[in-house]
Amino acid sequence: MDVLLINPFINATLNVLETMAFITVTPGKPYVKKDNLAVGDVTGILGLTGIANGTIAVTFEKKCILTIVSNMFGEAMETLNDEISDAVGELTNMISGQARRELEQMGKVFKAAIPSVVTGKNHSIRHYSEGPKIAIPFNTDGGNFTIEVCFER
Amino acid sequence: MDTSIKILIVDDFATMRRILKNILKQLGFKNLVEADDGTTAWEVLENQAIDLIISDWNMPKMTGLELLKKVRADSRYARKPFLMVTAEAQKQNVIEAVQAGVSNYVVKPFTAEAISDKLEKILR
Repeated sequence: MDVLLINPFINATLNVLETMAFITVTPGKPYVKKDNLAVGDVTGILGLTGIANGTIAVTFEKKCILTIVSNMFGEAMETLNDEISDAVGELTNMISGQARRELEQMGKVFKAAIPSVVTGKNHSIRHYSEGPKIAIPFNTDGGNFTIEVCFER
Repeated sequence: MDTSIKILIVDDFATMRRILKNILKQLGFKNLVEADDGTTAWEVLENQAIDLIISDWNMPKMTGLELLKKVRADSRYARKPFLMVTAEAQKQNVIEAVQAGVSNYVVKPFTAEAISDKLEKILR
């Protein structure tokens, strides 16, 4: 997989969460993920087509997404419910949009599908294409989340 | 800005409708209605006196761009201010929206100030 595809997703994640949820996000070291088990409790997944086909997934720990959505709404959110799932879908959508904008500036044009969201402990993340799954962990004061990017070889 | 106008917010994500409503209320707008896709938005337009449309792009049934084209093609609504608020920020998207007659364009993620600035320009 072209490693140049990864940075736009890191930049987009920082921008989206700092702008919409007013939180500081610190990226960790990317790694190759070997299994399909989600690190988080709720995951947004979105398919991308273009110069390569792939998927991005954004998976949040419960505490982290509750903090993020509480900040976005200006009111405390305490449980993983449909409102949280909807917010994860929209965050995934925004991260994809921002990343695709930066990728376009690099001459790499992608189209995105409408995201889907999976919730629950130990759920699986199914990427639509065969290829290495690059995971980028992020840390916030409210908890952790991870982005997975997977493009066909 | 005339904050008594009636604004239709169109987005398939309830999250985004809620964030936009919060921002618009902070700006003094109280007359707000919602739709979760272009088809529902069209029904609202046919039944209520809407002064401004704020719409997402990517939605099921009828996209924001399709809604914009339908609005511009109908003499009853052709001059309605239409603000596109979308994650679709690639050059071709902006060109298509401008060609279809969008009044202004905000890229997600956005700040409350960005929405306020665009509304000031549209409603001037």
